[in-house]
Amino acid sequence: MRKILRKEQLTEVTKLMVIDAPDVARKAQAGQFVVIRIDEQGERIPLTVADYDREAGTITIVVQEVGKTTMQLGTLEAGDELATFTGPLGKPSEIDRYGTVICVGGGVGIAPVFPIARALHEAGNTVLSIIGARTEGLLIWEDRIGQVSDELIVCTDDGSYGRKALVTEPLQELLEERRGEIAKVWAVGPAAMMKFVAATTKPFGVHTIVSLNTIMIDGTGMCGGCRVQLEDGARFACVDGPEFDAHRVDWYTLLARQRSYLEEEARAVEHWKQRCRLDDQLEDE
Amino acid sequence: MAELSKRERMGIPRQGIPTQDPAARRTNFDEVALGYTLEQARREANRCLQCVKRPCTEGCPVGVLIPDFIRALRDGDLDGAVRAMKEKNNLPAICGRVCPQESQCEASCVLAKTGEAVAIGRLERFVGDYELERRTCPPECCGDTGKRVAIVGAGPAGLTCAVDLGILGHKVTVFESLHSPGGVLVYGIPEFRLPKNMVREEIVYAAECLGIEIRTDAVVGSLYTIDELLGEQGFDALFLGTGAGLPSFMPIPGINLNGVVSANEFLTRVNLMKAYLFPEYDTPVKVGQRVAVIGAGNVAMDAARCSLRLQAIRAQETGEERGEVHILYRRSRTEVPARAEEVEHAEEEGVLFDFLTDQLEVLGDGRGNVGGLRNIRTKLGEPDESGRRRPVPLEGSEYDAEFDMVVMAIGTRPNPLVFNSADDVERTRWGTVVADEDSGRTTRERVWAGGDVVTGAATVISAMGAGKRAAADMHSYLEGEGEPWQQPGDE
Repeated sequence: MRKILRKEQLTEVTKLMVIDAPDVARKAQAGQFVVIRIDEQGERIPLTVADYDREAGTITIVVQEVGKTTMQLGTLEAGDELATFTGPLGKPSEIDRYGTVICVGGGVGIAPVFPIARALHEAGNTVLSIIGARTEGLLIWEDRIGQVSDELIVCTDDGSYGRKALVTEPLQELLEERRGEIAKVWAVGPAAMMKFVAATTKPFGVHTIVSLNTIMIDGTGMCGGCRVQLEDGARFACVDGPEFDAHRVDWYTLLARQRSYLEEEARAVEHWKQRCRLDDQLEDE
Repeated sequence: MAELSKRERMGIPRQGIPTQDPAARRTNFDEVALGYTLEQARREANRCLQCVKRPCTEGCPVGVLIPDFIRALRDGDLDGAVRAMKEKNNLPAICGRVCPQESQCEASCVLAKTGEAVAIGRLERFVGDYELERRTCPPECCGDTGKRVAIVGAGPAGLTCAVDLGILGHKVTVFESLHSPGGVLVYGIPEFRLPKNMVREEIVYAAECLGIEIRTDAVVGSLYTIDELLGEQGFDALFLGTGAGLPSFMPIPGINLNGVVSANEFLTRVNLMKAYLFPEYDTPVKVGQRVAVIGAGNVAMDAARCSLRLQAIRAQETGEERGEVHILYRRSRTEVPARAEEVEHAEEEGVLFDFLTDQLEVLGDGRGNVGGLRNIRTKLGEPDESGRRRPVPLEGSEYDAEFDMVVMAIGTRPNPLVFNSADDVERTRWGTVVADEDSGRTTRERVWAGGDVVTGAATVISAMGAGKRAAADMHSYLEGEGEPWQQPGDE
């Protein structure tokens, strides 16, 4: 059991939680993930680490409510406990002094791009960051990303805040303006966004790294549910990733795989809401 | 009861075990074999001739004192039966259910030469279940050696090693990467063969009695390295029992289509995560209308029988056809590696067996999902290194078959994660650990290994045997009585 020490509501559907996990914090590095399970009936889901504090012995996760588990997680408060909190899993980001790098974060993916940008910044890189969300209300961590970036571009799909654009537009411009200067691009966000980032950087021949949040169970190489098709065969996102060369990922099979449990996810949400309504009714009575 | 003559004993028929009716059980996940009553158990125990030579004990990888526990049971001394059992085995309720008795203890039984062997496995299960209910004979540790041992992996090998070392007075900590101890007993073997509550109870019972700490959610190789455990964490010795958990996929086109899953993924969803209770439990599992399970080991049987049950549950909910489950095997019935009882149960329940067929390609449905398999017929050629006749493809016999789900049950390899920054633990090119067969010693001092991580995927009981042998050697090493550390294979 791992205790939630602090909870913060970042947007209407995004929550931050600081978890008491000194042993995990001791080892965690940028780019790695944890697997959590809320209770005995719970499923195991992977979450990329958003921050870690070795001294305080904590790991920070940022969760957007999209399915049953993330919704239920959102109802937990400081003092509540998680049945499972395993990590750190996966390979850390390869941090080095590359020169100038671009970090792209989309939606809730802005949180896990933060420790990567910070590590790159600390390693002496010039960090250009682009963050984006559908709308202003879903934008998170502008300040934190700003602190570890030399330049920061903020955009929203609907133009409600910052520039009205998808993240790929400023990315394209930076790559053109600073042709030959950009050593690497990191992108974390929805699979579709990462696919378009890959397509944007490919003509420039800039090495691009994406962090894939796939379907998985154990997170240690046991199930193979997280298979990612690369040009030269399959890899497991949990142990070979979660970061991969975006230009070698077969995005068609990746997106198809991400959709494979949509029907069951909808059913789980419906079942969960029904149970919540019943609980509310019981409380009212 | 008056003492029976040998002739009278031989005249008692082998007692059948009550089982759920096949038609009923294929629609639920309840245990299939229901276990003996006391009366049945004693009648079966009376069949044992109490041979002086004890070939059954020799046939048991952990050397259970079989005639002794059966004799006590026969005489109505159930506590005595438990004590005799626990001399060698502290997990009898588990072993009685999953051991391949027909090729071990029961194969060696003298009665098997002329008729049917004593049902040793069923009697073992009876004794194990009795003890779990009554708990009259808890394992006890004899003193405190002051030594600390780390066991990596809470599966059959690790747990057996932990219990034996605990009894000998060592302070044992077991590190388990999943959230529940048991290894393959909880993630692999289905509820209807091995009830999970029973597994948990038997493990927790032994661990609590012996003060063994089981740390779940602790991934060695990432949270701790082997170096750290033997260094700053202060363990005096370490046993690696991490099993063979890495699934293999056939290197054929289409293998990454949606609907191709490893048996590991499928069984973990169903067993560890209880997906058959979705949405009461959160983890979903998909099952096809036409399922192909590739392979014919115990894991394949388990996957096929889980598929049947999930199809039946779905059919009850939707009123649709149940569907079909096929086991595809490239050899013939004679070479099937699964336990005889599992094959029999699978057939009774309606699993279809397609023998002498190999797969060339997984065919898509045009939307990224499985649509079928392109197969080729095989015939058996000369025996290969494994001693089984090698399947040879028959040219021109390619054929397509429609399937919407393919489960890969063609074997597993050791997971390399635990070896992060532990290169001095030598491994073979198959990824298995090089370890001495008798002692379990690896190429690194103070590190022992046993079970599937050394042998590749094998049986629960052989892993337990390896855990037991390693525990004995670890004990003498820790007590300063052991041989000096040599490289495995050195003479």
